[in-house]
Amino acid sequence: MATVIIPTPLRKFANNTAKLTINAASIQDIVNDLSFNYPDLKRHLLDEQGKIRSFVNVFVGDDDIRDLQNENTAVKEDSVISIVPAIAGGNL
Amino acid sequence: MLTDNIKFTREELARYDRHIIIPDFGLEAQKKLKTAKVLVIGSGGLGSPVLLYLAAAGVGTIGIVDFDVVDDSNLQRQVLFGVDEIGKLKAEAARNRLEALNPYIDIVVHNTRLTSENALSIIRQYDVVADGTDNFPTRYLVNDACVLLDKPNVYASIFQFEGQVSVFNYVNQKGERGPNYRDLYPTPPPPGLVPSCAEGGVLGVLPGIIGSLQALEVIKVVTGVGELLNGRFYIFDALNFESRTFKIKRNPANPLNGTNPTIKELIDYEQFCGLKPNEKTAVKEITVSELYDWQIKGEPIQLIDVREPHEYDIVNIGAELIPLGTVSANADRIAKDRKVVIHCKVGGRSAKAVQELQDKFGFTNLYNLKGGILAYIDEVQPELTKY
Repeated sequence: MATVIIPTPLRKFANNTAKLTINAASIQDIVNDLSFNYPDLKRHLLDEQGKIRSFVNVFVGDDDIRDLQNENTAVKEDSVISIVPAIAGGNL
Repeated sequence: MLTDNIKFTREELARYDRHIIIPDFGLEAQKKLKTAKVLVIGSGGLGSPVLLYLAAAGVGTIGIVDFDVVDDSNLQRQVLFGVDEIGKLKAEAARNRLEALNPYIDIVVHNTRLTSENALSIIRQYDVVADGTDNFPTRYLVNDACVLLDKPNVYASIFQFEGQVSVFNYVNQKGERGPNYRDLYPTPPPPGLVPSCAEGGVLGVLPGIIGSLQALEVIKVVTGVGELLNGRFYIFDALNFESRTFKIKRNPANPLNGTNPTIKELIDYEQFCGLKPNEKTAVKEITVSELYDWQIKGEPIQLIDVREPHEYDIVNIGAELIPLGTVSANADRIAKDRKVVIHCKVGGRSAKAVQELQDKFGFTNLYNLKGGILAYIDEVQPELTKY
């Protein structure tokens, strides 16, 4: 099972969970699983076309999936997947 | 950078002794610090530790960009300031504090909001930029200006319990340019989707930690000591005490310096970040005094609060609670036959709610309360709790 780390700004959309383990072969599987189990999280992760939003970065281990195969990036049993949205600080 | 002519007084040598005796740092690095001109944009949560440490370390010229004044809600994290500075201009208050800390350096105050009009002329005067701003439009503005002017941008950002640090647009000794903010985040989130620290909060010590890391990277960029965070992206989760460092790369599609650049000058960053909706769906705003007038006159208005239940429990002004994430699902509870005033804490989330309801359901009777419940408390019910 791959480990998925939910960032603090998005935890409230995932039952306040910081870490999840998901049975997955690719990032797409992980996105599908998260979207199915946490519909509120889906809105923050995916755009209207179902693509990962451009201000949400997904890393497998140390690598950005945009430098791998995006949603098709393979995920292993011991992979750690980090979701890192843009944050700006104080004001809107 | 030529440091041959740099001399230190006896007092300076005493002051910087603990730097100078570090074998990998030495007098040479201290000279580079003295020659350096560093611009710190924002003197708030991140800017406070950055400025304090850069001034203490002996950065010869430090510029400060800030237009804001010190507020009592700043003191929980903005350690540059004390009670005596409340109401004073941050940049001026910061200068006074830093001059008292280190009289051997020059502090330059830019008491202005950084804009597309002034950013190039201000940033051009410096060697390195430290971005400690607090909003997406300014983040992209600083990034683009640094790329256009070929300046390294030491970036840090915080939210609630999470911090991020990187060094953008840095050219290494081989002449290879590293990624910038647009490589990491090509576009900003639409307004309202991500709450700000003013609405989502931030743990006071977090900017102290992250700002100190930012100061560290500024010192490394200036002195050339150590391995920088360029091409890497550091994140810190204070809740779990976990930190991770990711590899980041340049994106050929980057509109600033990818293979086909389309941005050759600074643009309108408010518009880029979706903060200027077109006229058809513009969000109407009312001030607290206008709302108060309507209430006194007994106008039939519906008042809606789009904050979260725990915020409502802290303080409320009798509005119906419909948290932002649930407004569309509750659109049938919102009146169409009278004025509806929507508020949140400071006005950001309620503007998003108005926009969403207008766009999805065609409401034309919605008004965003400018300044939110905090402004209402200030002007109408000062006895209520502020948070």
